[in-house]
Order: sequence, then C-alpha cells, then structure tokens
Amino acid sequence: MKYVNEFRDAKIAQAVAAQIATLADPQRHYKVMEICGGHTHTIYRHGIKDLLPESIELVHGPGCPVCVLPMGRVDDGIAVAEHPEVIFTCFGDMMRVPGSKGSLLEIKARGADVRMVYSPLDALRIARENPDREVVFFAIGFETTAPSTALTLRRAKREGIKNFSVFCNHVTIVPPVRALLDSPDLRLDAFIGPGHVSTVIGCRPYEFISADYGKPVAVAGFEPLDLLQSIMMLMQQLADGRCEVENQYSRIVPWEGNLAALKSMSEVFELRPFFEWRGLGFIAQSALKLSPAYAEFDSELRFSVPGVRVADPKACQCGEVLKGVLKPWECRVFGTSCTPEHPLGTLMVSSEGACAAYFNFGRKSREREPVGAGE
Amino acid sequence: MCLAIPGRIEEILDEDLQLAKANVSGVRRTINIGLVHDEDEKIEVGDWVLIHVGFAMSKIDEAEAVTQLKALEEIGEAYEQELRELSVSRIE
Repeated sequence: MKYVNEFRDAKIAQAVAAQIATLADPQRHYKVMEICGGHTHTIYRHGIKDLLPESIELVHGPGCPVCVLPMGRVDDGIAVAEHPEVIFTCFGDMMRVPGSKGSLLEIKARGADVRMVYSPLDALRIARENPDREVVFFAIGFETTAPSTALTLRRAKREGIKNFSVFCNHVTIVPPVRALLDSPDLRLDAFIGPGHVSTVIGCRPYEFISADYGKPVAVAGFEPLDLLQSIMMLMQQLADGRCEVENQYSRIVPWEGNLAALKSMSEVFELRPFFEWRGLGFIAQSALKLSPAYAEFDSELRFSVPGVRVADPKACQCGEVLKGVLKPWECRVFGTSCTPEHPLGTLMVSSEGACAAYFNFGRKSREREPVGAGE
Repeated sequence: MCLAIPGRIEEILDEDLQLAKANVSGVRRTINIGLVHDEDEKIEVGDWVLIHVGFAMSKIDEAEAVTQLKALEEIGEAYEQELRELSVSRIE
C-alpha cells in the first residue's frame, strides 16, 4: 500500500536506526521514557528495542488511564453500581479491572446493572431512555478523553436531564511526569511525548520538562517509524547538548492543541486538590472533578462513595512497573498468577498496559512482525 | 478505549447538536464533531477524522487515514474489540 510504505519502509527504518546508533555515546546509558501506553504497545509489537543500540533503554511511563486508576476508585465505582436504581455505564476495558472485592464484570454477573458503552453520549442516551433509573457514567482517561465527557455534560445540562451523572476519574498528564522527574528512584534522560493527549493540550505543557529539568521531549506518532524518528530527534538533542520540546507528530498535533476541547474542559471541570495514582501515590492537582456549574451531575455528590484507600495486593508490582523501576517480566507474578485472562493488576488488563503488551508481543520476538515486513 | 480510529464523514446529521454519520471500516455510526467543526474549519462530507469514544478529535488527510487503518488492522484483537464496541453505539 503506497501510503503505508512511507512509515514502514525497512530501508528508512534501518537508516534512522543507523543514525540513532551514530548519535548514541556507547559509554553512556540513556533512559528514554515513552509516556503513552499506545507507544508502549507499538514498541513491543514491532520490536523497536531490537533496532536500538544497547546503550538506549526504553522505560514505560504512566500514560494508560486504566492502569493508573487505584483500586479504591474501582471499589467506589462498584459501590455506586450496586445501588439498585443505578444503571452503571463504563468503557469495555474498565469492566475487568479488579477492585478489592471483584470487578464490575463480577458484580454484573451477580445482578448489578452494569453496561459497556462506546461513548459517554451512549450513556446519556441510556439516561434519556430510562427516566425512572439513575444512569452513572464511569469517566476515565487523560485529556484525550476528558473533552468528550465535557461535551456530553454540556448536552445533559442543555437538555435538563436529571437522571444522569458522571463518576469523574479524569486525570492530567503533566503532574505524574513531574512526579517521576522528582522521584529519586529514576534517572531519565529524555521523553517521548504522547500523541493523542497532545492533540488536545498541544506541546506547550511539556516545556517545563526542558526548561526546569533540562530534558529533551519529542511528541511522537504511533507508527514504528514515528517512534524511531522521535528517538533520533531526542538523541540528536542530547548529542548537541540541547533540550527542547520538538513535535515529530505535527501532521496531527497542533502546537497550541485543540482550543475548543480546552475551552469545554475549563468550563466543565476543575482541578482536584490531589488524587491517588496507582504506584505513584497522591499527586497534587493531577485530576479533574466537575466544576460548581456542573455539580448537579457529580455522582460523588449524588451517591455516597466509600472513598477508602485500598492497597494493591501484596504480590502485585504494578506500581514499580508504572514508575519504570521494574520491567514487566521482572514482576514476581508476571505470566504466572497474573495473565491477560486473569489479571491481578491493571497493567495486564488494558492492551495499552505495559504487561499485557509485553505478554502478547514482547515474549514472541521471533514471531513478531519486524518494521518493513510484508510490504 | 484508548484507540483513536479513522472514519470518513458520510453525512452531517445535525448542525446544532454537531452530529455526523461516519464510516469506520464499514461500520456506520453517529459521532459528535463539536471539537473539530467550527467557523474557521468546517467538517464536510468526505473528510477523514480521528474518532475517540464517539468524538472526532482531529481532521486528518487520506494518506494518514489509510496509514492508521492499516496499522489498526494489524493490531488485530484490540481494533476488533473497538469495532465491536463502536457497533453497539447509538449516539443520538
């Protein structure tokens, strides 16, 4: 296919890989974090690691919204879903995420009315169709997804729909990155910036990474060659002694982001003083709640939620993997008691989770499709 | 849910509610175009957009759409799951 060649051409990939090898100082060890779970998926799927010199280590970041949700919030969602008048709606991925006493799928089997929806607008439609029930939408996601919830709430307000509310778990990408930069556990040299989130927030929010911490950033697309090019841009910056925010994905990501999306978010949401992240603990101003103008749609005000902090199961090391301190296969339950069919931790649930991605692709290096194959 | 999938706009259904009919790998569903459809840049029939949870996130060109569709088809199960979820969507 003519268009795809541009991003898959093995010769171009090899040329970029060769350039990366030239730029890397073999005496140094480089830790490059890809923030986004979609990038983690591409890296394992296409064996990007195998194209890089030994001196470059890719560290998986906290950019998978299902993965970073702490167990206590899953329990809170389940407590709301167990109200008999409630129709509880969520994205498919959330159904299987384990809470401390089971998952949404399990309480659905026991009779709770839990429904998978593709879009928050589907949840709103279910509310319209069931005026005698309370319809709750379990909102998760970074700034990629938050504008969709915001527009849905605007519509609910405009139509005066009274039986719809949102259990808001939207999070923001910059605070956890700052937390990782401040963490003594981890020394990172450069960042591959997320693609989809950046279509909304643009590139400017990453400038602190260069300005305050002296690390280069390259916002990248999701094709294997996008990732290789972004790594080349980062290695070039390190070789030149520069640190800037560069945009490899400018064909999709505008530098200033999506102003309509940002405006809808600022109207509907406000920052929470703090929010718990799996593995990273409490981070100040890292998540969104509904603004006072939309308080009538806030499930946490409409229903009592336990709000109890629940520690992860002892065997589960999702936290260390999320921080990039452990690789997926270094977790003591990886592939044994924790598998995609029976996940113990969130990183094994979502296909964007580092553990599921490694389980599905990384282990099968010989079967994996190399960049440029099949064209 | 984290995927963004390319779809082609087949019909603008409601200017006020900002709804359009999009075709995603043969699945035709209603999506919201409010984040990409404004006075400066209108979405038109035939345009390609990246769709995330029922909302168009960005307008893209055909070359980008074809590239991304090819990549999504290759990832297999996760994209099939996304299309199954999309197929039960009935946004009004």
